[in-house]
Amino acid sequence: MQALYAQLLVGLINGSFYALLSLGLAVIFGMLNIINFAHGAVYMMGAFCAYFLLNLLGIGYWPALIIAPIAVGIFGMILERTMLQWLAGLDHLYGLLLTFGMALIIQGVFQNYFGSSGLPYAIPDELKGGVNLGFMFLPIYRGWVVVFSLIVCLATWYLIEKTRLGANLRAATENPTLVRAFGINVPRMITLTYGLGVGLAALAGVLSAPINQVRPLMGADLIIVVFAVVVIGGMGSIMGSIITGFALGVIEGLTKYFYPEASNTVVFVLMVLVLLVKPTGLTGRATT
Amino acid sequence: MADSKMADAAATKSGAATPVLTVQNLEAWYGESHILHGINFNVNAGEVVTLLGRNGAGKTTTLKSVMGIIGKRTGSIRFGDQDITRTSSDKIARMGVAFCPEERGIFASLDVRENLLLPPVVRPGGLSLDQIFELFPNLKERLNSQGTKLSGGEQQMLAIARILRTGARFLMLDEPTEGLAPVIIQQIGHTIARLKKEGFTILLVEQNFRFAATVADRYYIVEHGKVIDGFKNSDLQANMDKLHTYLGV
Repeated sequence: MQALYAQLLVGLINGSFYALLSLGLAVIFGMLNIINFAHGAVYMMGAFCAYFLLNLLGIGYWPALIIAPIAVGIFGMILERTMLQWLAGLDHLYGLLLTFGMALIIQGVFQNYFGSSGLPYAIPDELKGGVNLGFMFLPIYRGWVVVFSLIVCLATWYLIEKTRLGANLRAATENPTLVRAFGINVPRMITLTYGLGVGLAALAGVLSAPINQVRPLMGADLIIVVFAVVVIGGMGSIMGSIITGFALGVIEGLTKYFYPEASNTVVFVLMVLVLLVKPTGLTGRATT
Repeated sequence: MADSKMADAAATKSGAATPVLTVQNLEAWYGESHILHGINFNVNAGEVVTLLGRNGAGKTTTLKSVMGIIGKRTGSIRFGDQDITRTSSDKIARMGVAFCPEERGIFASLDVRENLLLPPVVRPGGLSLDQIFELFPNLKERLNSQGTKLSGGEQQMLAIARILRTGARFLMLDEPTEGLAPVIIQQIGHTIARLKKEGFTILLVEQNFRFAATVADRYYIVEHGKVIDGFKNSDLQANMDKLHTYLGV
């Protein structure tokens, strides 16, 4: 049973990263109509940003948790302003190719300087150690990642579904031309939305740094699974991408316990099944 | 063209009219297709002006060009003393121009309250929520419904109501009566009359000239992307035969 709980925890942790990343992808897709293939690369940049802050400037984990997403988010906004915005109105394929190219370049640059091996990032002192829950031993940092990710996901959901700003965002997703004709600066909103999505990915990168080490290809490995998560959950729904992210992490964890051989493929098997039965994803709305 | 100049002249003569909107030689394109071929008209402060014409004549495109939504437009559009021919639509809206589109543009992912509060207040002097609910009591009862769950009439009321909050004093309404029951059309007619009394300036596009006749001060006839005629409401009866020919009714 110990092993089952341990795998469940690993599943929840992976699920946290899936949820943060697929949430950002969903927000970006809704507003920009772009499938952001650079998402894995900005996740990696988040982790590297935390690493640089610590090793070059002596800035620790807690400030990095805020600074890294903002810094990488600003980098994302510059990409949007200088490149992505010119793709508005074109076929999905162009955005996919451009962001895929960006990902290759960003990852290539980091690989050039840091190779492919992992750089260590220490768990902050406050979150070291663990607690014995009776049925299992819980490393505090891992528990923190799950809880904090869940809070960030729910806060993002609240921002989009329940606030005035979120209403502007949802409306602009539906009909940007009309929203702009009401006097709302839609291009600026698009830039900020891309920054938000990218920032969420960078935040996931910072959270993952102490667990998975900091590697140039850490995002490239993860993003394939995240795309499967997004396909399963459906692009249209914020809550859908959060729930699907956590659920698939747990399913993956359970598979590791019951049938380890399938643990790397279970998400893709599910994706195929969902595509066969409900091509718009479990919670997605059909888009035109 | 000569006739529309006469209508402009007549409008200027009747009192100290200040043009709120002056459109000169407006041409506009949807992609490759050339839709407007030189539109000329003006709207004076406090007037209700109606663009009449058949389907596809270019009425909606004219409104959208004024709003800055049509990508390629040439000629001159002046709002007040500012040239807005090349201005982006969000800036035009912030100057006090509000647009109610033909398809109403109610957002499905927003509830009625969010739809109503979506357009930002651009200047003081807009209607308060209480005044809006007084005009459209139905909306108050349905504030928490999904926007597109409303009936066609309620959606039209919502589409008009949300631009009254913003403080814009120049409203463009694109076929507000299309597809609605007579009793709702009447309610919208009362609303327009009330707005006019409160000093709003309104540019209306209508197919239904019987409805337009109940609210409009002047008319322009749009055909093949040009304004081909114009007259005052008091000359409507005299122009009835011509109007029937223009509109094919």
